[in-house]
Amino acid sequence: MTDPLLEAKIPPGPIAGKWDEHKFAVKLVNPANRRKFKIVVVGSGLAGASAAATLGELGYEVTMITFHDSPRRAHSIAAQGGINAAKNYRNDGDSIYRLFYDTVKGGDYRSREANVYRLAQLSVNIIDQCVAQGVPFAREYGGLLDNRSFGGAQVSRTFYARGQTGQQLLLGAYQALMRQVHLGNVRLYPRTEMLDLVVHEGRAVGVVTRDLITGDVTSHAGHAVVLATGGYGNVFYLSTNAKNSNVTAIWRAHRRGALMANPCYTQIHPTCIPASDDFQSKLTLMSESLRNDGRIWVPQRPGDERPADQIPENDRDYFLERRYPAFGNLVPRDVASRAAKREVDAEHGVGPLRNGVYLDFSEPISRLGRDVIEERYGNLFQMYERITGEDPYVVPMRIYPAVHYTMGGLWVDYNLMSTIPGLYVLGEANFSDHGANRLGASALMQGLADGYYVLPATISDYLAPLLGTDPCPTDHQVFADAEAEVGERVRALLSAKGTHSVDHFHRELGKILWEDCGMERSEASLEKALAEIPALREEFHKNVRVLGDGESLNQSLEKAGRVADFLEFGELMCRDALHREESCGGHFRVEHQTEDGEALRDDEHFAYVAAWEYTGDDANPRLHREPLEFEAAHLAQRSYK
Amino acid sequence: MHVTLEVWRQPGPDTAGRFVTYPVDDVSPDMSFLELFDVLNEQLIKAGDEPIAFDHDCREGICGSCSMMINGRAHGPERGTATCQLHMRKFSDGAHITVEPWRAAAFPVIKDLCVDRAAFDRIIEAGGYITAPTGGARDANEILVPKSAADAAMDAAACIGCGACVAACPNGAAQLFTSAKIQHLNLLPQGQPERWERVINMVDEMERWFGSCTNHGECEAACPKDISLDFIALMNRDYVKAQFKQRRLAGQRR
Amino acid sequence: MTRLDETLSTEDQREDADAADRLLRSTGPPVPPTKRAVPFPLQFWRSGIGKKWAMAVSGIVLLGYVFAHMVGNLKVFLGRHQINTYGAWLRTLGEPAFPRTVVLWGLRTAVIAAFFIHIVAAYQLTRMNRRARPVRYQSKRDYVAANYASRTMRWTGVIIGLFVIFHLMDLTWGTANPHFVRGDPYDNLFYSFDQVPVAVAYIVANIALGIHIFHGAWSMFQSLGWNNPRYNRWRRWFASAFAGVIIVGNVSMPLLITTGAVTR
Repeated sequence: MTDPLLEAKIPPGPIAGKWDEHKFAVKLVNPANRRKFKIVVVGSGLAGASAAATLGELGYEVTMITFHDSPRRAHSIAAQGGINAAKNYRNDGDSIYRLFYDTVKGGDYRSREANVYRLAQLSVNIIDQCVAQGVPFAREYGGLLDNRSFGGAQVSRTFYARGQTGQQLLLGAYQALMRQVHLGNVRLYPRTEMLDLVVHEGRAVGVVTRDLITGDVTSHAGHAVVLATGGYGNVFYLSTNAKNSNVTAIWRAHRRGALMANPCYTQIHPTCIPASDDFQSKLTLMSESLRNDGRIWVPQRPGDERPADQIPENDRDYFLERRYPAFGNLVPRDVASRAAKREVDAEHGVGPLRNGVYLDFSEPISRLGRDVIEERYGNLFQMYERITGEDPYVVPMRIYPAVHYTMGGLWVDYNLMSTIPGLYVLGEANFSDHGANRLGASALMQGLADGYYVLPATISDYLAPLLGTDPCPTDHQVFADAEAEVGERVRALLSAKGTHSVDHFHRELGKILWEDCGMERSEASLEKALAEIPALREEFHKNVRVLGDGESLNQSLEKAGRVADFLEFGELMCRDALHREESCGGHFRVEHQTEDGEALRDDEHFAYVAAWEYTGDDANPRLHREPLEFEAAHLAQRSYK
Repeated sequence: MHVTLEVWRQPGPDTAGRFVTYPVDDVSPDMSFLELFDVLNEQLIKAGDEPIAFDHDCREGICGSCSMMINGRAHGPERGTATCQLHMRKFSDGAHITVEPWRAAAFPVIKDLCVDRAAFDRIIEAGGYITAPTGGARDANEILVPKSAADAAMDAAACIGCGACVAACPNGAAQLFTSAKIQHLNLLPQGQPERWERVINMVDEMERWFGSCTNHGECEAACPKDISLDFIALMNRDYVKAQFKQRRLAGQRR
Repeated sequence: MTRLDETLSTEDQREDADAADRLLRSTGPPVPPTKRAVPFPLQFWRSGIGKKWAMAVSGIVLLGYVFAHMVGNLKVFLGRHQINTYGAWLRTLGEPAFPRTVVLWGLRTAVIAAFFIHIVAAYQLTRMNRRARPVRYQSKRDYVAANYASRTMRWTGVIIGLFVIFHLMDLTWGTANPHFVRGDPYDNLFYSFDQVPVAVAYIVANIALGIHIFHGAWSMFQSLGWNNPRYNRWRRWFASAFAGVIIVGNVSMPLLITTGAVTR
């Protein structure tokens, strides 16, 4: 029943040998010939920067496009907690197989086994590479690398650099990238946004971009195009994503023929600072590592108004420790998030808006001392205090779940190539290795594995047969048409001259999705969202007000283009959620739960990747299925009790 | 709360700018400074005025995009805090707040409060890396790094590249940024092979764009990551040493 | 010298730049340096850090000079014989190994060279800093760490420079002092300080000198890269103490003489 479009190209043989087998099987490009190939990389986060740097090192001619003013600003920089690697430096029984197994299980058996195993294998090399680049990971007094344990894992396999691991890893990749820029192997186009993908004769041949400062719409051609443009969490308006993160690049590729896989899988992160008011522009995440020492509780009595320090032990409900004795506060993100939501929905919420639960450090502070806690979480505590004005060393933190990561994305095969030949998708932008739910400290690992190791090894397979051909010239009609379309879209947004700001529509969309396609979804809520979103979209195009012109820096115009795409994408997300009649990982359908409210998977009917094909603005998308087979990690119901 | 904003408006790089006064009502003390601008921009759009352009992205104080000179201080009155993490509770009701872009020759204004900070990328390009092509790395634990060295390197590496040091410096110098980057790498064993070349190349590139250090300490006070002035001293020492060193024998060029 | 103005264009300036290159802003290989490489000491001098280093080293020479000068001159309080003998000793310093005044001239040369280097470096660095911010802030700055001393270095420096010329004319060459008698510093000093305007000029200049030293004697540690947690907290202390001693010592002479607290 394999769909001909969804040829996953998983290599044969036992799982542990697949990647080596595959590396041997792919066609290679001779080092002297690599400079004849041009590759366009879009996005400068962990995946994009590491891919561009590595491709440059290999000798390819790379074009790097980023809408940031510097590649270092990409949102990977905000990752805090750490990066997993199956090094087993702690001697606590970790192994590549265990990391693989934990990831598949954590992803609720909705990921592609072979990819995950490869990810676990490469995790080891990533740490070596990053240390060699000068990433200042935390060390022990003897000079060896330190580790911590992280949500959902029973071993200490997470490497970290204070609370700024993402920043340090990105700076490592960025520095490697800048070295290639210096050597002339990579051309860097900052403040340049990709607005369309160009497909010619069935292959991806380039992208159309808009210079954000001058407004010039131009094209960049290459033998292959690599998208590493991150996730679409901002479709919810309020999320922990950076304000500029968006779906445009992958949505435009989707409209050009790339299949979008599992868009309904969104991860809700349990440890965010609750919203304080309506003007809130984004939610701030605090590293999940806080759950290693902090204890989560709510008052036993609904609507208890006493301040935290006046609620005695007996009146507190440590609900995670009570429900999941084995994992306690370290249960996976989706489990922790839903449990918190349930408490808040049952009127146990704390804080002025009663929209949070306590994360309490008083016990670890008295056990380990304030210094140890400060050493571990100092900067997070500082951040919390800065935002809320409360001192978490004295008053327990208040946390609540928020949208954080999106597991869905463009469908890719084992080579990371999408359904459009020559279009590769890396990092959070692809539907990835995380299945229906991502484990903590795995996003950084996946971005770097894709960029440093997987893509550089697999892209030659596509390029080798193209030796001797030039990339499609940018004055070709196909580029001219795409540029004209982009220009037209920009003009349309500017000429709507309506009454409401872009943010207004974005906020409305976010409200619909958070209510109806958020932490819990039901058939009714999804149907409702599917009716509301097209109406909102129509209203947007008629009534949006974008001031200024298209010939200079215009941030409203940038936002308008992104929100327009969110308005289309949101609908597909609900459609996917509606069709998936089961609960798994980040997708929880209220109709499908166990008696005690846990996610109830349906492996018989839904053990597949749902990949959607764009069929036109007014037509329903077509569903393609890639069945998932589990040979190494056997299907089992998750239980963190 | 009610505040009066005086904001620098400049339509483009080559046009003249001026301050425009905007009163904003219903400001909540829990609002961040950028959220205040969001609210103001909504008002401007409603009134048919073009919204104020300002750089921002993560709003968690780590991406280094935000860059505002608030009442004569880079990133405003709170120490160790980027503009996005500054909250209105730090201002009094009725406050008069003046907001201006970073000013430096190397940071030309693009529009309103946005400046181009690409000169920082050029400094990194000149040597702010360890040459370690993908694939050649040895096991991560093979080279021991004393905890104190790793911690000191991390103190330096915490730099977010926002440019507040340049903005705050009366001389428009980028010594704090450059020294943080150099010392992050020069303090680690992995950074030793390129140590002397790195400091020469990065400092020379820096001086093509920025001013010189007269040890005012304004950069340290403005830095949202509290990066210490000590790194500037360490950079100076490394630079002088590199000038006097027989670098070829140290395995480094020249 | 740095060439900030020439390199500020952020467009690719290579001659063979193609269409794609021209789209690049401030990226691509850096604009090739327009400066030719020069031999080591000049190369070092060219850099801002090199100049700051030179300022620190010359500053140490000048600090030593200022201190020794003060110690010598304080002998005025011990009486005519003491200070005049000291003045004579300076000329005979190094005898009989060196001819008369040779060592003194050697020292003077070192001090003059240090002055020269200090001033030229300061001038060039100031120009570099001005170019780094051609458009000033349009609103009022609120300085947090920069103190009065650090922000007035170039003005206290100019005051000191002008004062040194006057001081030489007054008490070394005697061109500004009608009662000047060569070889009699004791009387020369009293003639000078008996005039209130001259004494005031000395007092003002020495306070400026103290302020200059307050920042300079701290700043030199940074410029030289002498930074160690063991002694870092003493650097400020050292600078304050040094500045204090110089101000008290040097101001005491004109002040006590002109007020008549000390008489011939």
